[in-house]
Amino acid sequence: MTVFVIRRLMQAFLVVFLMSVIVFFGVNIVGDPVYMLVSPDADQADIEAAIRRLGLDRPIWEQYFLFLKGAAQGNLGDSFVFGEPALKLILHHMPATLELAFSALFLAIVIGIPLGLFSGLYPDNPVSKGIMAGSILGFSLPTFWVGLMLILLFAVELGWLPSTGRGDTASVFGIQTSLATWDGIRHIFLPALNLSLLKISLAIRLTRAGVREAMSQDYVKYARAKGISTGRIIFVHVMKNIMIPVVTVMGLEFGSLIGFSVVTETIFAWPGMGKLLIDAILQLDRPVVVAYLMIMVLFFVLINLVVDILYSILDPRVRLQDQGA
Amino acid sequence: MTDATLQPSSPATAKVETPFQRFRTEFFESRIASGAFVVLVIIILLAILAPWITPQNPYDLAQVDVLDGRLPPGSEAFAGYTMWLGSDGAGRDLYSAILYGLRISISVGLASGVIALLIGMAVGLIAAYVGGRTEAVIMRVVDLQLSFPASLVALMLVAALGKGVDKIILALVVAQWAYYARTVRATALVERGKEYVEAAQCLGLSKMRVVFRHILPNCLAPLIVVGTVQTASAVSLEATLSFLGVGLPQTEPSLGVLIANGFEYMLSGRYWISVFPGIALLLTVASINLVGDHLRDVLNPRLKK
Amino acid sequence: MTAVLEVSGLKTHFFTHAGVVKAVDGVDFTVSKGEVMGLVGESGSGKSITGFSILGLIDQPGRIVEGAIRFNGEDIANAPEAKLKAIRGNKISMIFQDPMMTLNPVLRIDTQMMEAILAHEAVPKKEAWERSRDALGLVGIPSPEERLRAYPHQLSGGMRQRVSIAIAFLNKPDLIIADEPTTALDVTIQAQIIYEAQKLTRQTGTAMIWITHDLAVVAGLADRISVMYAGRIVEQGQTDDVIDRPLHPYTVGLLGSVPTANNRGERLFQIEGMTPNMLALPEGCAFAPRCGSASAACKVPPPVEHIADRELRCYHPQAQVAAQ
Repeated sequence: MTVFVIRRLMQAFLVVFLMSVIVFFGVNIVGDPVYMLVSPDADQADIEAAIRRLGLDRPIWEQYFLFLKGAAQGNLGDSFVFGEPALKLILHHMPATLELAFSALFLAIVIGIPLGLFSGLYPDNPVSKGIMAGSILGFSLPTFWVGLMLILLFAVELGWLPSTGRGDTASVFGIQTSLATWDGIRHIFLPALNLSLLKISLAIRLTRAGVREAMSQDYVKYARAKGISTGRIIFVHVMKNIMIPVVTVMGLEFGSLIGFSVVTETIFAWPGMGKLLIDAILQLDRPVVVAYLMIMVLFFVLINLVVDILYSILDPRVRLQDQGA
Repeated sequence: MTDATLQPSSPATAKVETPFQRFRTEFFESRIASGAFVVLVIIILLAILAPWITPQNPYDLAQVDVLDGRLPPGSEAFAGYTMWLGSDGAGRDLYSAILYGLRISISVGLASGVIALLIGMAVGLIAAYVGGRTEAVIMRVVDLQLSFPASLVALMLVAALGKGVDKIILALVVAQWAYYARTVRATALVERGKEYVEAAQCLGLSKMRVVFRHILPNCLAPLIVVGTVQTASAVSLEATLSFLGVGLPQTEPSLGVLIANGFEYMLSGRYWISVFPGIALLLTVASINLVGDHLRDVLNPRLKK
Repeated sequence: MTAVLEVSGLKTHFFTHAGVVKAVDGVDFTVSKGEVMGLVGESGSGKSITGFSILGLIDQPGRIVEGAIRFNGEDIANAPEAKLKAIRGNKISMIFQDPMMTLNPVLRIDTQMMEAILAHEAVPKKEAWERSRDALGLVGIPSPEERLRAYPHQLSGGMRQRVSIAIAFLNKPDLIIADEPTTALDVTIQAQIIYEAQKLTRQTGTAMIWITHDLAVVAGLADRISVMYAGRIVEQGQTDDVIDRPLHPYTVGLLGSVPTANNRGERLFQIEGMTPNMLALPEGCAFAPRCGSASAACKVPPPVEHIADRELRCYHPQAQVAAQ
């Protein structure tokens, strides 16, 4: 077990290192940020001063080495635009993104699972066919376009909900969150719904497939033969069987929710990491882009590591297979 | 054995169908899939024929009049024709802009789809056929990449590469090749284990011949299915990146760029500039997905009884 | 002897896209109190569907189209769901074929046993638990308290089937339908399970329908045997009579294909042809195409003939052949 964890940890380190090379060199080949940051009427001396200040005059491998040295100390460089440490900027925007992703995950589960359950239990019902058509649409619709339509309908036409910003936040256990105020909840609803749309479709499909499979199993027929009530069969015998895989998969999707939040945050002007990234890309703020990408790489590698270890604890066969390979 | 037991169980012997004919019949049995197929064909035709069926070339500055800007649907352009879908901020006829945008969106989606398919197929076949350490390394890389959402991979790449058609296609290819590789490898592994491949090897056929003449044709069905779904997702992903302003530049206005341009006008009620290109995008992506979805049902032998 | 169950003229058909499958097509039989009836037939002969019909567990696209199922004198064919629910697992319980599949993998044994009691009786949980424990003891499971806390996958196949039997007897039913309960088990375990089931029916006076494709299994267990072919009972009678003097050519064939110590070295008999296509049954006797004695008369469905206390659907009783 320990050997397995150590091997996985080493693989994770290797991945993070490789990604840091790819990301750093990739980002630094593009454009020249100096011309964006120095005023157009600056003379050559000003520009050279700026280049030296930003460390752009050194060879790129040396810049990378400095970056790596900094990264080991938790310093991913200073933002060209804000002059603040990039890591601090990202951590500052992270709570808003996490809050949005959690809300979206919550919506996906409370909306997707009941709809999937219904359409799995009554596959021939017209409502079920509607739900399935909706979930196919949910997979096809580009997130950003749905976001636009949500704004058009609820903010512009109906005027029910605000379409930009985070609204009031309040502190709960020391964390600033919109979910603690009514104004905040009104602000988070549309972006969270937008972000959760794909995951709602996913939850519907997973639940429906699970329910249909479980309902055809002998243990359901056996439970009926025991005279168990339909409600108990569905909510105890069937749901208990499908909830474990469905919730596991949904949990795994959390990482992709954070990735997708880039789109939603841009549309709804939600002040999270995703919007920060897009702004940084457009302004060629390289340290922030690199820092964001490194944080995401770390984040995903971490999720995969945890999942791998969890699976190996739950299922000893995974471990054996790995040793054989 | 008697006639009575044999006859009803094998109605297919009555008329001999080629696999393609059977596939066609089964595919068009579904009304939704047939409808989606028709819509897709129309969209592709519109995109191909755009220069001949639009009143203006929206990117020929001589044909665009800024005074026509932001006209609602049905307005008359300065040049005299009716702008059925209205015009955008720069005075371009939206109907024309959408058809030209479709050309770009579909070309980018198809190009990246085909390149990713070829690369993924080659890698998958190599992994399945060579096996051993090569396979282990390749599949590690594939698994690693698939653990990141494709959209995030593409976003990372454009963040690093910058704007432009070539860069977007490269980003989409890198984001998607792994899906093809995994599919091909999985199918090829199954085929490799089958007796006919063993038989072919016993006959002393060359490895290349076994791979290309025997294994590859059997991987085609799942490849087609993955290909349609991935192409739809490439079109959608390109639109998303372009909408975010990190995809195609203004000089290559795909549907995503058009939608992004209309976004600033939407809050003031000029919905059409974003909505109509959006509907075109939606129809394209949804029809490809529906066709792909049904292809999966028809081509997947496991679902057949 | 009083009849617990009287099935008469039962027809259960399945309305599929390809056509109507007459899985059960006119079945009559009676099971008396404390009696064990063996229902024998090949797979697809409709024996399991007959069992499920009695419990009203026929799913779309199938339904009971005709006939009566009198249980303790009351017709429960197509009875309202609420009434059937009260009977299932309570007055009539069922044991399924594969114990790997019938116990819910994510629920503990105690949950699955207690719910069978609590679904029919408002008793305290403690009492339900105690009854479950005692039931496990009755079917010969050592340290039942421990087993109650286990999940199904922690038990062996034979152990699981004992649990199923314990569940079947939990509510002291009048009738148990056992659908091939030993088919999925090893031969030695098979014998133990049959022994437990036999012992319990004797002790409790519960009637039982033992569905199987294996004549050897019911030969030592059942009081009477009904042989099913293509949705109909072709022969029934006392076990000894049917085994010693089979009348229907199909029964003769089934018996001939069982290897025994007596015909060692001889060629095993084999019924010619294949099981019939249920979508396109031949006119008249469904077995005729495979039958050595078939004649032109067999084009007309043979009626039920009563010979002493036996019933037969055949124009060509095989008594002479078997008597040799």
